[in-house]
Amino acid sequence: MQALTAGPAAAPRRQIIVGTTLGVVAMVMMVGSMLAVWSEQRTNFVERDGNWLPSGVVIPEVASNVALIAFIAICTFAQWAVWAGRRNDRGHGVFALSATALVAIMVINAQAFIYSEMGLGIGDGAYATMFYALTGLFVALMIIGVIFTVVAAFRFAGGRSDNEILAAHAIYWYAMSVIYTAIWFVVYVTK
Amino acid sequence: MTTIDPTAEVTASGVEAGDSALGRLLAAVPDWLTSTDHKKIGRLFLGGGLLGLLGTVAINVILGIERSGIGNINDGAMAQILDAQRVGLVFGTLLPLATGLCVAVVPMQLGARSLAFPRLAAAGFWMWAGGLIFSMIALVNNGGGLGGDPNMVDLFLGAHGLMAIGLAAAGVSIATSVLTTRAPGMTMRRVPFFSMSALVMALGLIIVMPVLLGTLTYLFLDHRNGREAFGGNTGLYDWAGWIFSPGAAALFAIPVAGLIAEGAPLLFKQRTPARGIVFAGFGLMGVAALGAVTQEAVHNVPWVGSNLYLGGSDDVRTKLFDLLPWAMFNLLPLLGLTIVLLMTLFLAKPVKGARPNVTPALAFGLLGLGMVMVGMIGTALFAIEDLGLQGTVFAEGALIYVVYGTVLAALGGMTYWAPKLWGVNLPATKVLPIAGLGVLATVLASLPSYVAGFDEPRDVYAILVLVGHVLMALTVLGFIGLLVTSVRSSEGDTEADPYDGQTLEWAAASPAPANNFVDIPTVMSAEPLVDSKSNYGQIDSEKGDS
Repeated sequence: MQALTAGPAAAPRRQIIVGTTLGVVAMVMMVGSMLAVWSEQRTNFVERDGNWLPSGVVIPEVASNVALIAFIAICTFAQWAVWAGRRNDRGHGVFALSATALVAIMVINAQAFIYSEMGLGIGDGAYATMFYALTGLFVALMIIGVIFTVVAAFRFAGGRSDNEILAAHAIYWYAMSVIYTAIWFVVYVTK
Repeated sequence: MTTIDPTAEVTASGVEAGDSALGRLLAAVPDWLTSTDHKKIGRLFLGGGLLGLLGTVAINVILGIERSGIGNINDGAMAQILDAQRVGLVFGTLLPLATGLCVAVVPMQLGARSLAFPRLAAAGFWMWAGGLIFSMIALVNNGGGLGGDPNMVDLFLGAHGLMAIGLAAAGVSIATSVLTTRAPGMTMRRVPFFSMSALVMALGLIIVMPVLLGTLTYLFLDHRNGREAFGGNTGLYDWAGWIFSPGAAALFAIPVAGLIAEGAPLLFKQRTPARGIVFAGFGLMGVAALGAVTQEAVHNVPWVGSNLYLGGSDDVRTKLFDLLPWAMFNLLPLLGLTIVLLMTLFLAKPVKGARPNVTPALAFGLLGLGMVMVGMIGTALFAIEDLGLQGTVFAEGALIYVVYGTVLAALGGMTYWAPKLWGVNLPATKVLPIAGLGVLATVLASLPSYVAGFDEPRDVYAILVLVGHVLMALTVLGFIGLLVTSVRSSEGDTEADPYDGQTLEWAAASPAPANNFVDIPTVMSAEPLVDSKSNYGQIDSEKGDS
């Protein structure tokens, strides 16, 4: 057998972007399935008891709407970081990533505000349990996103000139905005 | 930017161990615990899967003793044993064996030096292993799906969530490897058959495991707080039981089809035309099996007696509406599998005068695929309401067919790639009897359940199933024994390419070093090694002429 021709080292084909996209698919599947179960249970409970949202509980719509609008800012800032990365503009890049993290933390804060305003305990019936399961996982994904942003910011500020992680970071936040829009519609709008 | 670990060679070499057995052990433990070498991670999965299989067989033996009227187990314990059987078959055996083989082999086939995100895959293994151990602890302490200890039921649910995260992580690693770490020149069309089937299975893991995780999150919180939404213990299998169905198992058995397709062209040493059709077969199996997972339902298909009479046009339409969903979710995966099987026969077309080169991949792959196919046919029949198979052991038989079929294929994969993974070439004369025993074990462990589904539970069926599981234990123990003795007696002179292979893993040394290849080769065709062999595929007389 002749030796195979040695070629150049294989160029990884955007591993971070592909890996993040696959992770995002997993996230969307998880939240999508939870929303499907939510919808089915809501239908079951409405047919059985006549209502799904416990009486006396009011969803603070302002906070949930503001969180939705905040995702526009998050996506804009994440894309700004990609733009800065392409130009190797560290000042803009770090500022955009910091703004992304800050607004993401504000969304987490908005979710905490919703919890406190609703005044539901996690054991206060089926609605409360499912509400905390769904939104709790959403908060966990937000925290992962903030960590992703901080890691991307440190890498960029530290002189790593690859833009791939910035693009992957933007993909993550685009997906999160889709996920929150779905949660906002199913949980906070249709109630 | 790359996520390939450049330090793999360093970690694989380990620390200076000294000559004592204790010293070697002390050096090996941290090396294996922290390794990012895909072959080690894959072997950890495979070893865990074989251990899980032995544990599952033990559970099945207890179950068989009880069902054959010899034992006297109370209902509560019986429920835990039934849970343990399902968990063992799917999470303890099927998933780690299929995932492990993919992790161990795929990067070598792609001409890559490492798996993409190797630490993620390693973390996936430890999460799976931890989850399985916690799950078994919960089951032993009356905490299964119908368990009586609430804290242990919570542990059971959390453990499955942990396994789901771990397996999804391994899936991301495998899929990213196939999509991004291929050698230069290896287009998606030139990806080896086994790697393509691994990609389909990995995408299945990425799509299915998060759904399970989301459902388990609901169930966990509901079970801890009030149990109003999902009915406590009784609701667990209504909402998450689909993961233990034969339909879901078929999704993770797709690498079995990849293995057989891998071995077929080697039979008469031919190139692989019409690769797209085989890929389409894998894809069809994946998509349709995924559909079956999501739509696991009983269908009112006209089957028995007068129901076959179609009557007027309205009746025809009604019956078609009943028939089509069943056909879509149950026959399409079978169609995909049939396409792969037919293409395999095409790729293994005899050449006049040539001697067949039967590899373990083909032999075990055919046997394993046959078993998986019978399991999938059983799944299709089980979904027909008129047959009255619901509530019988028929589904258990179908699940065991699929899982044990995958076990056979995994043993074949381990035999086929043993030169790369362990540096040994397992002798066919000893491996083939083990394969035969495995087939007998699978048939005995499953077929009586099929018969009992149509008939009624009888002691003789339970005893035959019991014998089947015992034979499966002997099969696995025989294989492990053969592997261990071969490794111990190996003199380190294993041939790099014992099967006259076509794909890149056979260009690496045996056993493959930590980073697989010294130089990454350039791929010019779907059979890169054939390009470098001038006499490949020629029969002996032609070789003499040339």
